[in-house]
Amino acid sequence: MARAISPQKKWTFTILAWVVALILFFPILWTILTAFKTEGDAILFPPAFLPPHWTLENFVTVQTRSDYFKHFFNSMVISIGSSLIGLVIAVPAAWSMAFAPAKRTKDILMWMLSTKMMPAVGVLVPIYLIFKNLGLLDTLTGLTGIMTLINLPIMVWMLYTYFREIPVDILEASRMDGAVLWKEIVYVLLPMAIPGIASTMLLNIILAWNEAFWTLNLSAANAAPLTAFIASYSSPEGLFWAKLSAASTLAIAPILVIGWFSQKQLVRGMTFGAVK
Amino acid sequence: MAATVNTRKLARAMLTPAVVILFIWMIVPLLLTIWYSFQNYNLLSPENTGFAGFMNYKYFLTDPAFFQAFWNTLTITLSVLVITVVGGILLGLLLDQFIYGQGIVRILVISPFFIMPTVAALVWKNMLMDPNYGIFAWIATRLGFAPVAWLENYPLFSIILIVAWQWLPFATLILLTAMQSLDEEQKEAAGMDGANFASLFVYITLPHLARAITVVILIETIFLLSVFAEILVTTGGGPGYASTNIAYLIYHQALLDYDVGGASAGGVVAVILANIVAIFLVRLVGKNLEA
Amino acid sequence: MKLNRHLASIASLVAIAAAGPALAETTLTIATVNNGDMVRMQSMTDDFTKANPDIKLEWVTLEENVLRQKVTTDIATKGGQYDVLTIGTYEVPIWAKKGWLVPLDNLGADYNVDDLLPAIRNGLSADGKLYASPFYGESSYVMYRKDLFEKAGLTMPDKPTWDFIKQAADKITDRANGINGICLRGKAGWGENMAFLTAMSNSFGARWFDEKWQPQFDQPEWKSTLQFYVDLMKADGPAGSSSNGFNENLTLFQQGKCGMWIDATVAGSFVTDPKASTVADKVGFALAPDNGLGKRGNWLWAWSLAVPAGSAKIDAAEKFISWATSAHYTDLVAAKDGWANVPPGTRTSLYKNADYLKAAPFAQMTIDSINTADPTKPTVKPVPYTGVQFVAIPEFQGLGDTVGKLFSAALAGQSSVDDALKSAQDVATRTMTKGGYIK
Repeated sequence: MARAISPQKKWTFTILAWVVALILFFPILWTILTAFKTEGDAILFPPAFLPPHWTLENFVTVQTRSDYFKHFFNSMVISIGSSLIGLVIAVPAAWSMAFAPAKRTKDILMWMLSTKMMPAVGVLVPIYLIFKNLGLLDTLTGLTGIMTLINLPIMVWMLYTYFREIPVDILEASRMDGAVLWKEIVYVLLPMAIPGIASTMLLNIILAWNEAFWTLNLSAANAAPLTAFIASYSSPEGLFWAKLSAASTLAIAPILVIGWFSQKQLVRGMTFGAVK
Repeated sequence: MAATVNTRKLARAMLTPAVVILFIWMIVPLLLTIWYSFQNYNLLSPENTGFAGFMNYKYFLTDPAFFQAFWNTLTITLSVLVITVVGGILLGLLLDQFIYGQGIVRILVISPFFIMPTVAALVWKNMLMDPNYGIFAWIATRLGFAPVAWLENYPLFSIILIVAWQWLPFATLILLTAMQSLDEEQKEAAGMDGANFASLFVYITLPHLARAITVVILIETIFLLSVFAEILVTTGGGPGYASTNIAYLIYHQALLDYDVGGASAGGVVAVILANIVAIFLVRLVGKNLEA
Repeated sequence: MKLNRHLASIASLVAIAAAGPALAETTLTIATVNNGDMVRMQSMTDDFTKANPDIKLEWVTLEENVLRQKVTTDIATKGGQYDVLTIGTYEVPIWAKKGWLVPLDNLGADYNVDDLLPAIRNGLSADGKLYASPFYGESSYVMYRKDLFEKAGLTMPDKPTWDFIKQAADKITDRANGINGICLRGKAGWGENMAFLTAMSNSFGARWFDEKWQPQFDQPEWKSTLQFYVDLMKADGPAGSSSNGFNENLTLFQQGKCGMWIDATVAGSFVTDPKASTVADKVGFALAPDNGLGKRGNWLWAWSLAVPAGSAKIDAAEKFISWATSAHYTDLVAAKDGWANVPPGTRTSLYKNADYLKAAPFAQMTIDSINTADPTKPTVKPVPYTGVQFVAIPEFQGLGDTVGKLFSAALAGQSSVDDALKSAQDVATRTMTKGGYIK
């Protein structure tokens, strides 16, 4: 820092930033705290901030009622699997679009993105019938496949905007050297592309983890991920806030931790083009 | 020369599978939707089938909820965009200052983005907005006001609030990273010239952020046009049609009426609307991405 | 490449998961709602699997609306994902008529089909054949706070009228102390506010459709029903009542915030459970109110187990259903969790069981309520449909939901009663025209 900042200013900003951050984080904190309350304490009014009687009972109930680890495993396979398969398809496509663009490349991209704005529920029945005929209902293969396809437009678009920023001169130079294409890719392109690919992959893991329409409607007992796990805790009878909070905490914890550790990588790829 | 030809060929070869898959994924559901939108097809009355002409479109477009749903869709999208972009810039500016414990603050701020929409909606509905036991009701009574039944009296506003809470972190993080890349020397130089904070912001920071803002708007719009889980969990589109958007209207046709034809017609209408939005976006994004 | 290794491992995981366990035993996939009684059933299944070691049970437990969507989509497309379905009295007659369900002829000698309550059995049968076996059944009645009635100098009759309910609610309401005279459903949904309002409208002489399927929301009976309901709730209901469903009202009543609550009979065991309810020993029960027209405002519902047509595991599924809905299962629950927690409302024998009558203060009123509901003749004037709190046609889910939203807007004060009824009439006319009922 070249300019000196007065301590008073430092503290003002610090306090302000913490207040805003805590307000934004509060709903999550509240969920986690409620998970450790008894059902009765969870609806106390005025609310009890810290659990008056700390308990793990809700987590025990949730685990005995539904197998958390099975759902967790399914969520992992679907989100990571679909992101990896998506990359295998999207990287070459985005690469070609960025370095050998056709006339209407950008229009095609926008059209692809616009189809993503179509509400998924409109095509549920056709897709359900296709899945049924291919024997894909309630299989991880089917769910991974559909997640890949759903997020593909966004993946291609993100990678495309990222790849476009890679200076083409370097490629031309390496071509002069007579480097063959695969060398060009492995030694020149890939190292530069890694941040963009990582960021695309992370965003897709998050999106696939949280996708609740297809994963819920195309699964039953075997392939149901955490979104289905949650859907069994919004109870129509009796108090359920604490149990719901425990189930929610379990469902969001893995992705929250992944997100915390990778937030820098997550943005770096997306802002590459934006921050020359 | 040979290398270039090879490169071209290989580029094509690499492009082909991806584009073919993409194309199939885009075109098959679209064709199916268009096909079904002209059919009489209700899951619960399988015996009554056949060509329906424009009947499904007629019913969808004249649905008493259609116009309100259309405006609600635009209202949700635009309001959340404005809140997250403006809020994101302000928060970004704040976090760009020297702050004790900045790492933790960043983690806290970004967290809502990782939460499943269903979970977010359930938590907001039950534990924050509930007029009898919620935190908001408690704050209201502490301040001497009567508790507000948020989802009953301000349904659309409540949904905008929930959705904005989920997307504000995303905008903040992108805009903050963009700000941090702004050349310190550039700011210094401007500061030396006697530019105050406001003009520094307007003439240096904001233009620099243009592309980051574009990225935020584009990605968010894709998701905001079809906001659904938040509405289903909290208000169910009501009271009346007060918080029904196009996506919810189509859901109603597909999974309450089980009217595949009607839902398909709705899907086609939604795609057309999305494409109109996309044309605007192309203009906006195109301009900023060319730069 | 690291990427490749990951891919390979993911691919193999996918392959394993897709192949599934290669076991000789029959696996039954059971779709059910996450109500307390069904959740309890899952913890009881050892008894079944011990007797049937070759049958393995897989549960898909979901919130009611999600479950209904998934099960309906699956059965209509013949997806075959489930072997046993949990459905209600609304679905059974419609689905049976379409040939989507297997008639349950082989429930075994111990099942004793004649023990089922006649009203419930009729609701689950078509052409004299049983298509679903009731797991628990319910009607609706008035639950009220004996202490608050005493304080106000009131006595609840066994068969109250709507006028009495209104007077009592006005007297008991004490908003300064957080006491609402009455709590009723307001949350939009065909199974939420419309279940209550449709049943209520029957006692006001209203009906959904006339004999020619013309919607009747423009008739004075509906106007008086909705006006009475909105006025009552405005004067004596809790804040935010247009988003209160069964569960929200249950919580309010358990927390002592309601003087009266008219809702499902199964709530009886929750409001008298000292572990969950702060007013457990102060609750009284009465039949749903009437207006002297010969019909009361109570409904009839049974969550039931059925087998989808085309299933390859019919024998195993019937074995399971027979076990879960038998008197033997009732004894099992009674031994483990006490008589008050057995699934109610399905069998005559339960209401002759002295242990049960002693443990459940709501038992007599429950059986009386169930017996007064008649799904085949639900209304004062003749109607072309069956169903007390619903109309057993496929279009009802969507239509009931929309009308529910319009009525909940009237309750929230966002539209007038007249506007809500006019919109309801328009929407119903549209739907019935599109469905080909109105020629």
